[in-house]
Amino acid sequence: MWGYAGEVLYIDLTRKKTKVDRMRNGFCEKYIGGNGFAISLLYNNTKPKIDPLEPENTLVFAVGPFAGTIVPTSGKYMVQAKSPLTDFMGESVSSGVWGQALKRAGYDAIVIEGRSEKPIYLFVDDNAIHFRDARNLWGKDSLQTSDIIGEELGDENIATVTIGLAGENLVKFANVTNDRYRQAGRTGMGAVMGSKKLKAVAVRGTNKVEVYDLDKLMEVCGDLYKQCQGAGTEGYRVFGTAGSVLILNHIAALPTRNWQQASFELAEDISGEYIKENYLAKTIACSGCPIACDHVTAVESGPYKGLVTSVEFETIYSLGSECGIGYFPAIAKANDLCDRLGVDTISTGVTIGWAMECFEKGILTKKDTGGIELIFGNHEAQLEVIKKIAYREGIGDLLAEGVKRASERIGKGSKHFAMHNKGLELPGYDLRGLKACALGFNTSTRGGCHLRSSMYDFDLKGKIDRFKADKKIGQIVKDREDLWAIVDSLILCKFIRGVLSTFDKLAELYTLVTGFKMTPRKLREAGERIYNLEKAYNVREGWTKKDDYPPPRVVKDPIPDGVAKGALLTKKEFELMLGAYFAARGWTQEGIPTKRKLTELGLNRVAKDVGAEEESR
Amino acid sequence: MQRKFIVSDPEKCTGCRICELICSAVKERGFNPLLSRIRTVRVEPLMNMAIACRLCEDPKCVKGCPRKALKVDKETGLITVDEERCDGCAWCMEACEFGAIILHKDKKIATVCDLCGLDPKCVTLCPKEALTFMTPEEMGQKMRKRAVQKLIVKSG
Repeated sequence: MWGYAGEVLYIDLTRKKTKVDRMRNGFCEKYIGGNGFAISLLYNNTKPKIDPLEPENTLVFAVGPFAGTIVPTSGKYMVQAKSPLTDFMGESVSSGVWGQALKRAGYDAIVIEGRSEKPIYLFVDDNAIHFRDARNLWGKDSLQTSDIIGEELGDENIATVTIGLAGENLVKFANVTNDRYRQAGRTGMGAVMGSKKLKAVAVRGTNKVEVYDLDKLMEVCGDLYKQCQGAGTEGYRVFGTAGSVLILNHIAALPTRNWQQASFELAEDISGEYIKENYLAKTIACSGCPIACDHVTAVESGPYKGLVTSVEFETIYSLGSECGIGYFPAIAKANDLCDRLGVDTISTGVTIGWAMECFEKGILTKKDTGGIELIFGNHEAQLEVIKKIAYREGIGDLLAEGVKRASERIGKGSKHFAMHNKGLELPGYDLRGLKACALGFNTSTRGGCHLRSSMYDFDLKGKIDRFKADKKIGQIVKDREDLWAIVDSLILCKFIRGVLSTFDKLAELYTLVTGFKMTPRKLREAGERIYNLEKAYNVREGWTKKDDYPPPRVVKDPIPDGVAKGALLTKKEFELMLGAYFAARGWTQEGIPTKRKLTELGLNRVAKDVGAEEESR
Repeated sequence: MQRKFIVSDPEKCTGCRICELICSAVKERGFNPLLSRIRTVRVEPLMNMAIACRLCEDPKCVKGCPRKALKVDKETGLITVDEERCDGCAWCMEACEFGAIILHKDKKIATVCDLCGLDPKCVTLCPKEALTFMTPEEMGQKMRKRAVQKLIVKSG
């Protein structure tokens, strides 16, 4: 095969058995790769309503047809399982050498089932699969683990995904780490690994990846590399994602102190501009990426002197403005700590921000926090709490459950300001003044997320009126979700969207790589199929319309400050957009995929799982 | 004729490893860093650089070969490997101070950058123009320029 490896590796951790399956005819074109492969394998290999942290959960790693080739930004993998954080479909994407190595080892996906009795790690050495003792690694942080495995196996080029302490301790938002400090952060895939006593998956792939039309692909990609140095990626190249801080702060869309404000008086001090001027050490790239957005910073003085780390916008929001912290070295330190312990920075920061507001309101007291003065802006307290979360100590044990469960447990009105959708803590865009974004974040199949449709593109660029809940947003979100499902299946980085994001161009690349004749229309349909299958998974888990609703604060507390003062997303506005979205999707007004839609997409077999009806309305 | 070789600028190199994929594509018709004649090295977390054959004037790899399989081309300075003579002992790899020689993973013989007929594709396609194809004289001038710029910025 071209582009694809053509094989799926199945691993049973309980019985220590492996098997390899060839891809069925037509499967590749139908599900493309990455996201599509992962949801299909997850759907078919798990029973409904299982406990995500029991052996019945299936963990799927998948790469796309472009992984290992020169298609720009294609060095990516997706990890998927039922999420312990949301109890719906969980998934996360990361970049680096690991996905490329998996392809070269000869696999498009690994399906991991069961649970090992003792801590182990897997070593996928081309076609030889080894189950290796990981008792010496248990308790080690993510960086140490990948270094030790490299040493143990005597090959620095071995690529590793690993979990930190938080994954071992089943912190509900534990992440999966690759390339030492790159994270598949969201929805707690690290906890699923931890529940399986699987510390790491090391891969050595030594085969070459071949494509259908090499010469033409080189030509097209050479051209894309040049475009990647132009206006379409400028923000990412110049400031990295941190460039968003001042843009959002200026329009009062930077959530601050657990969304009590939408602009932060210390935003300048944590802005991409300020970081570049004072802390930037080097700009580097993920493997296979011509953009290079990763702005590695070095702290040269103060209490966190000597720290070298890269801090993304979402982290500056979650561990910064969300917690009222405006001192960059402290954010960098907290980021580094989260990376090493293996927790998602967004979920960690938003959960701590919630706890800080509880503390402010007297819902949590020093008695609950073990003496910690958990007030907004106290970065030392934040660091303490991050550690407690990873170790599940004291207050950390509550917060390790994520903001949804923590607020349900504490009650006393704290659910009102638990900032999540479906249990996934919200990224840093204030939805009250970004109406398109508000719909996209909440319809997301993995919960509150900026990467299932990235609708802020439309709000921020003025393509729509960001304060107006318009019915047409329903169709726009649907189209973007289908496109992004393809981008996550091929898999490409969303930061290349200013250069490469049309079905036309993606279909052309797909054909050059795989040799399968792909049309833009077929590709769009595959995107819709993948999204519908994810939705079907959630419906099978018991999803109902109310799961798509935004948190109460977004609906009831108007933005108190800045140019967006008074902005709110009323329930009526949200329902108007949600109804339009369901209609655009061809689902019922209760949000359930119809038999007609599923049949049209070739998903007949899942129709009965979701109780789909004949007619849509 | 002055020899030219591939120079990697660590200030511009982002460690993306695209040069490795391009090299293997050109030379082996497939993508595999293990088959690349140019290799990127990342020393965490900040140092990145690609390394290919420097075309040394008095190449140690040639001297180090016990079977006289390696020769230096008088005209271009390129290192050539006699595939019949080479038995994959890897003495040349040990002799090279830059790690610029690889042992071909399938053929098991010493393999080295041949500059793609004096038009190296890794250089043309490097997204960050971190790779340049230049003579030692040109490289010297580039470094002098950079030094002067730094000195002047420093002295204000």
